[in-house]
Amino acid sequence: MITLATPAADTQALAGLSAAQTALEIKKLDLYYADKQALYDVSMKIPKGKVTAFIGPSGCGKSTLLRCINRMNDLVDSCRVEGSIELQGINIYDKSVDVASLRRRIGMVFQSPNPFPKSIYENVVYGLRLQGIKDRRTLDEAAENSLRAAALWNEVKDRLHDNAFGLSGGQQQRLVIARAIAIGPEVLLLDEPTSSLDPISTLTIEELISELKQKFTVAIVTHNMQQAARVSDQTAFMYMGKLIEYSDTNTLFTTPLQKQTEDYITGRYG
Amino acid sequence: MTGGAVSLSLIAVIGLFILIGWRGLSFFWPSSVYEFDMLDKQGGHYNLIGEIYDVETVLTEQLTAAGISGLQDKPETLQRYLIKIGNREYVDLDFQWVLETIIADRSKPKDIVVFERSKNGNFYGYIEDILQNGQSVDVEQAQFIDELRSRLDRAGALQVQQEKVVNGEIGSINFALEKIRLKKRKLDMDGLLTEQKLLELDVQSKKLSAKYQVLEEQLFSYRKQAQRDSVAVRDMSGRQVQLPLSEVIDFYLPNDMSFSAKVRHWLHQAAKFVSDDPREANTEGGVFPAIFGTVFMVMLMAVMVTPFGVIAAVYLHEYAGKNNLTKFIRIAVVNLAGVPSIVYGVFGLGFFVYIVGGSIDQLFYPEALPVPTFGSPGVLWSALTLAILTLPVVIVSTEEGLSRIPSSLREGSLALGATKSETLWRIVLPMASPAIMTGLILAVARAAGEVAPLMLVGVVKMAPALPVDANFPFLHLDRKFMHLGFHIYDVGFQSPNVEAARPLVYATSFLLVTVIIGLNLAAIAIRNNLREKYRALEH
Repeated sequence: MITLATPAADTQALAGLSAAQTALEIKKLDLYYADKQALYDVSMKIPKGKVTAFIGPSGCGKSTLLRCINRMNDLVDSCRVEGSIELQGINIYDKSVDVASLRRRIGMVFQSPNPFPKSIYENVVYGLRLQGIKDRRTLDEAAENSLRAAALWNEVKDRLHDNAFGLSGGQQQRLVIARAIAIGPEVLLLDEPTSSLDPISTLTIEELISELKQKFTVAIVTHNMQQAARVSDQTAFMYMGKLIEYSDTNTLFTTPLQKQTEDYITGRYG
Repeated sequence: MTGGAVSLSLIAVIGLFILIGWRGLSFFWPSSVYEFDMLDKQGGHYNLIGEIYDVETVLTEQLTAAGISGLQDKPETLQRYLIKIGNREYVDLDFQWVLETIIADRSKPKDIVVFERSKNGNFYGYIEDILQNGQSVDVEQAQFIDELRSRLDRAGALQVQQEKVVNGEIGSINFALEKIRLKKRKLDMDGLLTEQKLLELDVQSKKLSAKYQVLEEQLFSYRKQAQRDSVAVRDMSGRQVQLPLSEVIDFYLPNDMSFSAKVRHWLHQAAKFVSDDPREANTEGGVFPAIFGTVFMVMLMAVMVTPFGVIAAVYLHEYAGKNNLTKFIRIAVVNLAGVPSIVYGVFGLGFFVYIVGGSIDQLFYPEALPVPTFGSPGVLWSALTLAILTLPVVIVSTEEGLSRIPSSLREGSLALGATKSETLWRIVLPMASPAIMTGLILAVARAAGEVAPLMLVGVVKMAPALPVDANFPFLHLDRKFMHLGFHIYDVGFQSPNVEAARPLVYATSFLLVTVIIGLNLAAIAIRNNLREKYRALEH
């Protein structure tokens, strides 16, 4: 456990994290969709090898923030970003950064499972094939390792070459996670990964997330406060595009500093 | 109400199909041949032999008004028959309308024979004798049919050999000689024609000419052999005429055939229609070159329109900015589909044939000028013209397919470090392939039925050679071709013998519809296969 500094202003939470402990540092990030501002001056450090949860009411900008981290917002024409996000000291919005290779380092899993219309095996090795890896043995190995890491191997090892659409929703979501970790990212972004799943699948994924933090830095967006409390080490509460409070999960849920946070976690709004 | 509209449309389509199918296919059925005992104006009798081709009911009043007398005590309406009497070179009209009042009697003699001939259409009559070199052959009358059959088989085999020599070997030699001539001309134009080269080419062409001589002699000997036999027949007026067997393709006795024999004959005739070359200004024989030309041209069109259409759609949907210019382009593309097809024909003639083809000729085939190679209408230009004509269809349906692909899949691919083009190539296009196929199906359906523009850019009434043959480079895209749609027009409206051509119009239409349905079914099968692969998308 990292000993957290106790900052005066919560938006500067975890400011005392050293560079070696930081996976990502977001600095004064503003985001606009055309004229409408969606994120206001967000600054935070995401620690390495931990699970960081983002909570907040719908439309608070938590997904938008997550999508900024691997530049998914580039796909939206009217989107404009100011400020910076640093991955190991390099601003990912710098002109010299290759977006494709950035996304190889920062993987992402989306709300609803989105396997490709290919076999299970081809889904997992998709990212590797993109990198031009053709060696059968390397691919086989990577597929097995990723599927094991995603706790899916035992269920699919006999039907690797069946269509991925034949899997259940929860299995598909784990397949998508396997696909994301097959290319060995440093950071894994999970955008409400269990929102379209049943409770049992949700539980499996939550267990999986706890496993994943051994190897990756995980950032997860969730609606579900219990889930945030269960899986995360740090939690950030966002409201109306602003980062309201960001601290150790236990602290945030037991002794929130801000009134808004308290109102939200006690269910008074949101 | 909606169900009613659907069933009405279905009935219309099925009705159309049945009508042209029935009219077209019944043409091949060996209908009975009657011998009519006719009354002439002086009260005498004469004979007519022929098939009843059509029956019409006419008002007696009308006939009287038209100047036909002696109908006062007849019923109000009378039947009028159209009789096909054949024997074109011996009668004024090989189709005659006769009124039932002048038919005294009719019978179906079993020994009436129908001869199908390579010239002048059918001949109806009775076999009198079989001749070899002008001498009567010593066979019993009862054996005439068998004897004639075996002699006809021999003549047929000789005919096949002749065709092989003419179309195959002599064709290749002519092709090679033409190539040598062009080569000589080209060397001459480039100033490279040395004595030695000239000698070489001359030797080559002499060799070919010598080969040609041999083949020609062979051909003449085949011809001579084929002229050995003939058959003496008596026609309806009792006159005896000799038909050389080299001009007889087939004969049959329709009044002496069992039902199964008729079915066999019908199948045989239909097969010949599909597989034979046309004869006698397209009014007889088969339509094989037209089927081949249609299918070949449509496939060539499909090969050309797919990449263009898909690339254009991908640009419009994936890369073009969402601004007014894109909107304008999209509207323009959709409106292109509404341009009358003949306009495309004019454009194809002006741009492809004259400008593009003319330039190709000047650049690559100057030795053949002033005879154009690509600078005249041909199958390549037809396919290109139709490709432009059908381009909007492919673009629109591909774009629809692209927009149906969920953005989550694109994001999934991008999030794994794929570039936009990698995502397109690996995820988006394969998933859009059923939509692309749908576009292609619509394009094929439209192109296969299009005739008007083709008349300007490559279709001819009678093409001497198919666009694919055994001479290098095997595909001759500069050649003109035949097309079923144009064939229908040509046979129906440009033929010297309208009555003889009419059933052919139906038969060819039926065939055209069948070909289009066949092409569509093939494309639909491929699409369903692709859909099956990406079926889970629709969840």
